[in-house]
Amino acid sequence: MSLDSAPKAIAGPANFIDERIGAGSFLKRNLRKVFPDHWSFLLGEIALYSFVILLLTGTFLTFWFKPSMGEVTYNGSYGPLVGVHMSEAYASSLNISFDVRGGLLMRQIHHWAALLFVAGMMVHMLRVFFTGAYRKPRELNWIIGVLLLNLALLEGLTGYSLPDDLLSGAGLRITEGVLISLPLVGTYATFFLFGGEYPGHDVISRFYSIHILLIPGILLALITAHLILMWVQKHTQMPGKGRTEQNVVGAPFYPSFMAKSGAYFLFTFGVLALLGTFAQINPIWLFGPYTPADISAGSQPDFYMGFLEGSLRLMPSWEINFLGYTLPLSVLIPALLPLGIVMTGLALYPFAEQWITGDRREHHIADRPRNNPHRTAIGMAAITFYGLLWLLGANDWISAKFHISLYTTTNVGRVLIIAGPAIAYFVAYRMCIGLQRHDQDVLSHGVESGVIKRMPSGEYIEVHVPPAEDIAAHVRGKEPIPAIEAAPDSDGVPPKGMRGPLGRLRAKLSETYSTDTEAISLDEGHNGHGAPHAAVGAGEDETKSIGH
Amino acid sequence: MTENSNDIEQAEDRVPRRVIGTPPPRGEASALGAPASTDEPIVYEGATFPDPAKARKAERIVALLFLVSFVGAVAFIASYVAFQVGTIGRTQVSNFALGSSLTVALLALAAGIVVWVRQIMPKYNLVQQRHPMVSDPEVRESVAETFLQGANESGFVKHKLLRRTLLLAAAPLGLLPLVLLKDLGPLPETTLRHTVWKKGRRLMVEGTKQPIRAADFNSPGGILSVVPEGYEEDLNALAKATLILIKFRPEDLKPGTKLNWTHDSIVAYSKICTHVGCPAALYEQTTHHILCPCHQSTFDAADGAKVIFGPAARPLPQLPIGVDGEGYLIAQSDFNVPVGPSFWERGDAEAEARGQA
Repeated sequence: MSLDSAPKAIAGPANFIDERIGAGSFLKRNLRKVFPDHWSFLLGEIALYSFVILLLTGTFLTFWFKPSMGEVTYNGSYGPLVGVHMSEAYASSLNISFDVRGGLLMRQIHHWAALLFVAGMMVHMLRVFFTGAYRKPRELNWIIGVLLLNLALLEGLTGYSLPDDLLSGAGLRITEGVLISLPLVGTYATFFLFGGEYPGHDVISRFYSIHILLIPGILLALITAHLILMWVQKHTQMPGKGRTEQNVVGAPFYPSFMAKSGAYFLFTFGVLALLGTFAQINPIWLFGPYTPADISAGSQPDFYMGFLEGSLRLMPSWEINFLGYTLPLSVLIPALLPLGIVMTGLALYPFAEQWITGDRREHHIADRPRNNPHRTAIGMAAITFYGLLWLLGANDWISAKFHISLYTTTNVGRVLIIAGPAIAYFVAYRMCIGLQRHDQDVLSHGVESGVIKRMPSGEYIEVHVPPAEDIAAHVRGKEPIPAIEAAPDSDGVPPKGMRGPLGRLRAKLSETYSTDTEAISLDEGHNGHGAPHAAVGAGEDETKSIGH
Repeated sequence: MTENSNDIEQAEDRVPRRVIGTPPPRGEASALGAPASTDEPIVYEGATFPDPAKARKAERIVALLFLVSFVGAVAFIASYVAFQVGTIGRTQVSNFALGSSLTVALLALAAGIVVWVRQIMPKYNLVQQRHPMVSDPEVRESVAETFLQGANESGFVKHKLLRRTLLLAAAPLGLLPLVLLKDLGPLPETTLRHTVWKKGRRLMVEGTKQPIRAADFNSPGGILSVVPEGYEEDLNALAKATLILIKFRPEDLKPGTKLNWTHDSIVAYSKICTHVGCPAALYEQTTHHILCPCHQSTFDAADGAKVIFGPAARPLPQLPIGVDGEGYLIAQSDFNVPVGPSFWERGDAEAEARGQA
């Protein structure tokens, strides 16, 4: 049975809306908008749906949460804390957990969703980075993404400070310690944020309005812009058969992509509900109310703040006193430098790459990470840098679990944070080159078939078959990395703009960034080195099957 | 449009006027796409329909999953009604019941839709063209012209006085929000340099709020977390004034510790770490090390709490203590340097203090 005409329930409202805003032409263009398919394109959606779930569960929590630091005596269902003096914020968080049906579930889903939100953004960003999907025309969306990530970190920080338990208070204390260390404005900023001396009576209610209104509002606006730009510019696609820089190949928005997205949202929600049910997170009732006099050993922030914790732990005790002023480098450097390097690096990368390669074209086919070895190596070095800091944010746990001296973990970390990224760069670069050679092998020699054949001479060889058509097309999608024209002309004079020190640096960078494409080309056919290979199947010669 | 009964230009002789409430005639154009003409699935380029037999089988799976989802959602509502909260055990049961049923409802619905998309909807391989994002040169030119025209029409360029006074008017307006934020907090002034400790204020055990008789705190290696009398629950005071009190054997104390600030080898240090202000709460008896659990700054308590490892740059300040007439430990004065994390205006307070002494 098929639908012959739109049912009245849909046609009526559709007509109503079209007559008023002319939605028809928009829908005509967009209902069958094509979305390319690749598992890695779903990563950003995880973050998007986590955000929606955060809004839903967060709204629920606001109905009971009281963002007040006024002191109350707890008298709720959690026996061990009855009679204890605490802030109203902490008491109401306990109330949500124990005295509101579904409150604990929503709190735990909210916290898990926050972790997944940031994790989803990070993984999505890595996908975009490694496939070069940030290239023209998508630089603006990339920068919106960097902003979103920063805001999400801030949103997380303001969020987990709200329950006002001992753990969240430790995070708040560190925040204060970092803020007060800022030269010139540190003490003023701290006094303005906390309404006076730490901890004061204002910070929870101020964080609350930042957490539930200010940042979510900006996030919502930026996410909307992010999606609109994605929609207007159309999604990138992986290289493959029939895919070019001028087309999009995939499934239509309506009905396929729409249904898949709906399912994916429900799936994300389902997994978060599963985690919220069975995986306890942030059991605030175990920590007790906050007091600046106490702390529990092994206090850990949420995972996305771990790298800051690690860098603070790693730093040697440098502090400069001059002219009666103090520059607490042992706080300033670890708090600002890693974050600054990573975020500034991310924001500038698309433009730096354009400057180095001189490539001003639009790109809609995503790179396979191996096909741009320097970019991939830079990315891996950054991941190693971040990952090591993150790991060292838990060096007390590492020390306790593996029975390594605590100071050894720190000292090793101080070396690794410099050496690790360099090693990662080199290893990743060599791996990319190795994988490219393997690609070339597949194209020129074919794939091992598992069939052993005896030659008339008595020699045994393994039969190679040409790669499947779609795989071959995927591999052949490699684009050479462009380089700027920097070679001197016949008189030995370099081109204009390449003559100064900056120009020479640019030329050098450009040459390095693009070298591998000359060393390894996928265009060549089989040129008869090594043992002869026989082809099976249609009986054609393999050299024919790889020709263009 | 589907319900175009108002369309007066409709050819009435060919298409009979519809009576409101009846389905629209077949073949009529719709905003929602051209209507299908047959009952057979339409096959078009880029869409490959699955085998109908397989699709029918998949339909049964999807239906089953949707039913499971329905049951899950009903179970959620039932759990909400059936399981009350109010004790730890009941909250736990309620959480499991609500969470499991919600999980089942969501995951089953998600799985059902996935099977639907993958096994009943066609496999698509549609191709759409991309166009460069940049506008046509004519369009750009026209926009540029319009912009110049508008700018000139507005008089903004020609009327210099207007332009300058407008900028003058706008500049302070941008500052207003900043000015308004001034009352967010008081200015720091010298508050960070003082704590509530003063001569004669008793040291109280944190938690029990009892004063400490020096003679009772007599086993070497003993440690107490201490708060000032009268401020036991004042978090602002505690954030600076909390102490760590340690009893030593006299021979263990090294020159870094100010002996005339101790009483009977009992030493009081600020508990607030000089790195970023966490309570330096861990103490190792055998080595006399105070360790801050946040970033592992380590201080040698026997030697004036000097830093021996970690990011903290300064020792934990020592508080001069003594005993009052009843033998209870009291402060002799406030700290002589600011406690807690470093800040810009702090300067080398230790050197200044040494200079005064």
